[in-house]
Amino acid sequence: MSVTYLGMPPFPEAAAAATGDERLRGNLRHATRTIRDKRAAAVAELADWSALRAAGAQIKDRTLRHLDHYLEQLEAAVTAAGGTVHWATDAQEAGEIVTRLVRATGEREVVKVKSMVTQEIGLNEALEQAGISAYETDLAELIVQLGEDRPSHILVPAIHRNRSEIREIFRERMGHWGRPAPDGLTDRPGDLAEAARLHLREKFLRAKVGVSGANFLVAETGTLVVVESEGNGRMCLTLPETLISVAGIEKVVPTWQDLEVFLQLLPRSSTAERMNPYTSTWTGVTPGDGPAAFHLVLLDNGRTDTLADQVGRQALRCIRCSACLNVCPVYERAGGHAYGSPYPGPIGAILTPQLDSMETGLDASLPYASSLCGACYEVCPVAIDIPEVLVHLRERVVQGGTATVRGERTTVRPARGHAAERAAMRAASWTFDHPRALRAGERMAARARRLVPRRLPGPGRAWTDTREVPQVPAESFRDWWRRTRGTAGGAPGSTTAHTVDDGTGAVGSTGRTGPLEDPR
Amino acid sequence: MRVALFVTCVNDALYPRTGQAVVTLLERLGVRVDFPEAQSCCGQPQFNTGYRHATEPLVHRYASAFADYDHIVVPSGSCAAMVRENYPRIGARAAAEGRGGRLAAAADRAVPRTYELTEFLVDVLGVTDVGAYYPHTVTYHPTCHGLRVLGLGRRPRALLEEVKGLELRELASAEECCGFGGTFAVKNPAVSSAMGADKAHHIRSSGAASVCTVDNSCLMHIGGLLSRAGSRVRPVHLAEILASTEESPW
Repeated sequence: MSVTYLGMPPFPEAAAAATGDERLRGNLRHATRTIRDKRAAAVAELADWSALRAAGAQIKDRTLRHLDHYLEQLEAAVTAAGGTVHWATDAQEAGEIVTRLVRATGEREVVKVKSMVTQEIGLNEALEQAGISAYETDLAELIVQLGEDRPSHILVPAIHRNRSEIREIFRERMGHWGRPAPDGLTDRPGDLAEAARLHLREKFLRAKVGVSGANFLVAETGTLVVVESEGNGRMCLTLPETLISVAGIEKVVPTWQDLEVFLQLLPRSSTAERMNPYTSTWTGVTPGDGPAAFHLVLLDNGRTDTLADQVGRQALRCIRCSACLNVCPVYERAGGHAYGSPYPGPIGAILTPQLDSMETGLDASLPYASSLCGACYEVCPVAIDIPEVLVHLRERVVQGGTATVRGERTTVRPARGHAAERAAMRAASWTFDHPRALRAGERMAARARRLVPRRLPGPGRAWTDTREVPQVPAESFRDWWRRTRGTAGGAPGSTTAHTVDDGTGAVGSTGRTGPLEDPR
Repeated sequence: MRVALFVTCVNDALYPRTGQAVVTLLERLGVRVDFPEAQSCCGQPQFNTGYRHATEPLVHRYASAFADYDHIVVPSGSCAAMVRENYPRIGARAAAEGRGGRLAAAADRAVPRTYELTEFLVDVLGVTDVGAYYPHTVTYHPTCHGLRVLGLGRRPRALLEEVKGLELRELASAEECCGFGGTFAVKNPAVSSAMGADKAHHIRSSGAASVCTVDNSCLMHIGGLLSRAGSRVRPVHLAEILASTEESPW
């Protein structure tokens, strides 16, 4: 089962459609710019931010290097505290485990804390097929669920909706799922929140089973941590009789002392808060306090394969803060849906294809969904060099190589549809490695320069639909140099002495002879 | 001090005036600059599109072409960043693939001597006032690789602020990518153009007559959008502003 949604087109196609949606672009521009500026201010308050960021990256890297050890430590601690640990290789197995656990309670409803990993495994759909209703209780997830929509942002899943759209969704859909929206609902944020509060209260009080993800798993004590802003998480984690938590295996941190670093990095990066309003931690079960049964489902779903890739594994450091989405100029124009998975934006562009082993056409297009501007790397609180991983994955797409797929070291063949590009790139490299051919090519272009049409056919259209073609000059730089400074071949003009004192008292001169036709 | 110009393939073929401006500027500052003809392209288009192996001969070529020079001056933030950031990676990956240390050694030779133009002026020559005269309004767009990979910081602005007659206009959302991104511009033309249209809008709103960067590839995209939209704002490389004087305006 792929992490990407079924039937999604490659990124450029979906993104092109989104750029034409003025309302979507307006919503995204407003929301991302607001949170971007707030984040910058919240981070600037801390004098030791770069040290925290480095510590976050190092803790994650060390944990990932010894992941087997910490996972077993976690399992032992959770079990000792009265919880039950389940291991899921992939999305389907995780869905089956959760379905079986819910069925065993005899319940037909679960309340859910907002969780990325349950989106990743398509849990709501799996439960629905088993006749179990899963109710999202995070405000934005509720908006998405009621609207029969998909999340478009990690932290703010309904970022693509403005408040009048939300009012319409509440008015039309709330009654179908439970308590209807109050009469005369306005689009004031306070009124919308109150409508959601009334609708959800009914669910919290009735539910016997809660389902959550986890932001962190503390190995030393077997403690799970959920960080949230609305209090819905606290309700789901404490009121039901049975709690089932699903978490990716990369969420483990060794100790509470390590957790301290992330509880500083995460809120400032995601919501631009010094500390998030609700931080819930729980360890197994406590008689007479909270759920009487606790299950932890640990999910692999491509993570071990990702861990085997020395460049790509840094994606597993991600703490899902979404700072990279909020600064990404591509995300701002394309919107989250174009990325075709629950993980949009720059982190999605490197995480989705790796979790998926680059199996779909969408996967192969995601590493190219970036101008490599580097804004994502700059804000990442765990210093994931997203541009580096993007280029690395592009290599896997066009050049092939080796990768680990479902635990097996596999030779990856280049993706189809790149033959013309590959030939062009090879031809370019050959030309650039043969200066005489390069010079001849430049002279040919100069002679033909008046023949370049304003709009190019074929692949050139992608440029000229919106942009003028640059004018080819009558003379290349290298011809100008040769004409004015040097002579053909040896270029003695380039071997003159230099007049600037380099501090050594010596005046340098080069003794180079002849052009370097083949430096190897 | 032996100084070579790495003009870059884009400037060589499409913007020779920028290369000429660097030569003029450096000679005015008393630096004799060479142009080793064995140079060609840094390999960025291939590397960033995923063709790492096709980039390797160009790494060797760069290291050999400039072997005899103390300083390699590059009038492009992204090409300088390609050498400094990615050549060591290309070398390390080749070694990891069991193909020896020759590429890594080539990268080691090239990296510490490679300077983007404003780094060379400010850090090596120690000048910000280069005696330039450019009586126009200009807005400066800090291109991404110069800004974030090289960390050029205030260097380009410090140089612009000393240019006589030049009036610097502020650019809104200056640090946001223009949307060029090499092959991104044609692989994701809609998003690239949408980003560029916003950049062009901010440039026009600045009221400047010219938009200046340290990368002609970004200017090719920005300028292409501006002129298609009928704007008269002129794209100009920083080197050409710095080369301009009262006696011989560029």
